[in-house]
Amino acid sequence: MKFTWFNLMPWPYLPDDFRAQHRSVWVDIPNTLYDPRKGHHVYHEYLDQLEYAETLGFDGIGCNEHHQNGYGLMPSPNLIAATLARRTSRAALCVIGNSIASYNPPIRVAEEFGMLDVISGGRLVAGFPVGTPMDTNFCYGQIPALTRDKYREAHDLIMKAWASDEPFAFDGKYNQLRWVNCWPKPIQKPHPPIYIPGGGSIETWDFCLDYDYNYSYLSFFGYLRGKSLLDGYWERVAKRGKDESPYRAAFAQIICVADSDAEAERLYAEHCLYFFNRCLHVFPPFADPAGYRTMATIKYGALAQLTLARQKILENLTWKQLVDERFVIAGSPETVRQQLEECIKGLRIGHLFCLFHNGDMPDWKTRHSMKLFAEKVMPRLRDMWPEWKHDERWWMHPMDDRIRPEERQPGAEKVGAEWPR
Amino acid sequence: MKWQTVETKKGTRCRVLEGGSGAPLVFFHGAGGLLRDNPFLDQLARGHHVFAPEWPGYGESAGEELLEDMLDFTLHGWDLIEALGLEQPHLVGHSMGGMIAAEMACGAPHDLGRLVLVSPAGLWMDEHPIPDIFALLPYQIAEVLFHDPQQGQALLTGGADLSDMDALKDFYIGSQRRLAMAGKILFPIPNRRLSKRLYRLTAESLILWGASDRLIVPAYAERWKTLIPHARVEVVGDAGHMLPYEQPEKLVRAVTGFLQRTR
Repeated sequence: MKFTWFNLMPWPYLPDDFRAQHRSVWVDIPNTLYDPRKGHHVYHEYLDQLEYAETLGFDGIGCNEHHQNGYGLMPSPNLIAATLARRTSRAALCVIGNSIASYNPPIRVAEEFGMLDVISGGRLVAGFPVGTPMDTNFCYGQIPALTRDKYREAHDLIMKAWASDEPFAFDGKYNQLRWVNCWPKPIQKPHPPIYIPGGGSIETWDFCLDYDYNYSYLSFFGYLRGKSLLDGYWERVAKRGKDESPYRAAFAQIICVADSDAEAERLYAEHCLYFFNRCLHVFPPFADPAGYRTMATIKYGALAQLTLARQKILENLTWKQLVDERFVIAGSPETVRQQLEECIKGLRIGHLFCLFHNGDMPDWKTRHSMKLFAEKVMPRLRDMWPEWKHDERWWMHPMDDRIRPEERQPGAEKVGAEWPR
Repeated sequence: MKWQTVETKKGTRCRVLEGGSGAPLVFFHGAGGLLRDNPFLDQLARGHHVFAPEWPGYGESAGEELLEDMLDFTLHGWDLIEALGLEQPHLVGHSMGGMIAAEMACGAPHDLGRLVLVSPAGLWMDEHPIPDIFALLPYQIAEVLFHDPQQGQALLTGGADLSDMDALKDFYIGSQRRLAMAGKILFPIPNRRLSKRLYRLTAESLILWGASDRLIVPAYAERWKTLIPHARVEVVGDAGHMLPYEQPEKLVRAVTGFLQRTR
């Protein structure tokens, strides 16, 4: 198993009556609710936590991209990854990812991911989401019915830019570039591992399998509800005749560890409820513009994550519901281990994106929870997939002789010996 | 009136509601599509040979994947007219249909009779931002579209019983398909720079607007008038954006009067 410590970076100062006063945490959230001076401290606290995760032995540290969003302070995940690249040396940098249909031109992503892979010594895990409708359509103005087509073109451009050793012309429908010549290119060859975060679009499964990319189901609603979707994915894997390596799939799960189940509730309940009640309060039409989901997906019956029905669930959530329905896996190390084992086996996933910081959780609680997890839970879940132990196809392949900030004294090298020549 | 299906050279297959006799008149519907009952078309057919095609992606009309941008829609309009074998038809377009009809007339100004634009989309004024129709809750749609939202709601659903889950699902799927198509020329802002081309119009033009249009407010009528100096503007009372459905008689009277007028 690989464990990635993921921070959505929620804004922790949404008012108590946020839900009643505002229709959406996303797209048209009043930006006066953001205070840049407080934001300074918030960013540093969250970045410190990501760095701390590496010292605890998490395999990866992760960030993602959202715009105009009260639970995501990373319009540019690449900036976050860039600071982490300089302050860490062991963990994979999982940028899950860049919403490539929104980038103009998308070669920018090829370049920035190239930079991140080079600076980090080959530790980048590159995510290419289609992007949520909130981000891609309503905030960034992409036409819903053409988003997937534009996404595929952006993907083709980036992958060709990474693969090609010669400048080439790209005559796309959405991007025309006479001279594509990616510089710098990533260290990892032929390219960094590619993760495709999916909500519930069935086309995404085939796309992942066509190219052998990782399929990451990023849900906030736990493994019980995630199961039918991942079952569909694994059925598709079998139908396509692909091997069933669990590392083909990743899942995101909110996790809270304390000394006992009761202590978990006492420490974490209010912060998880903050997340579900306030941070997921999205005006339903923003979540489902006509054309974003294909007719095939709509007919398949996969529900958009934040539709009206989902919003109803969120209205009067209690801690008991959160835990019973496994939106949150919380409790003593033993409780968490048992439930995660069920989650990992049930979904057949090799990668777990662990969400320890939730809502307005203070730093000390976050660290307490993740430390208990790293010491008492993670080691016991490591060998869940012994038969796939050596399968590194969906993980980073960094340089052995990469620079490690903790061992380095800038300026101490002799003249003429700074670089390998 | 009767349905027929025509296939364009490009390969779209569109249903066309046809009826009446007289000079050919093509009606282009808006983003919501033709409704179940379209009494203004029956009335127009008393004096004209009326053709009301569905855009691909609407109802039983297919080939939406072939149309992606404004030029595709515009040429599709002319392809339809060719497939129907019409010469110099009058073009009447409502809302998005008006936007497309205006584009068609800019592209081929001598290939039509007269032009009627009913609350057309296609322009944008910063001082009058148009509500985002792609971000409305179901119950908000009629409020934005109709002078009388309660009656409007019944018109929109065409009498379907939406408490029935299957009917609701069908309605939802149809609506998603229609608006997905409309989004190609209306999202995120319904302006594909038509204003740069309107100087080319030579056809006599009539602009009709509902006095209580809350989607594209009547101030836009004046903007159209500025851009098409020879156009006449008429504002119709007790009508919102769905003027053709709310005031069919007034619409038909205005259109017929305009089309019969000698120069």
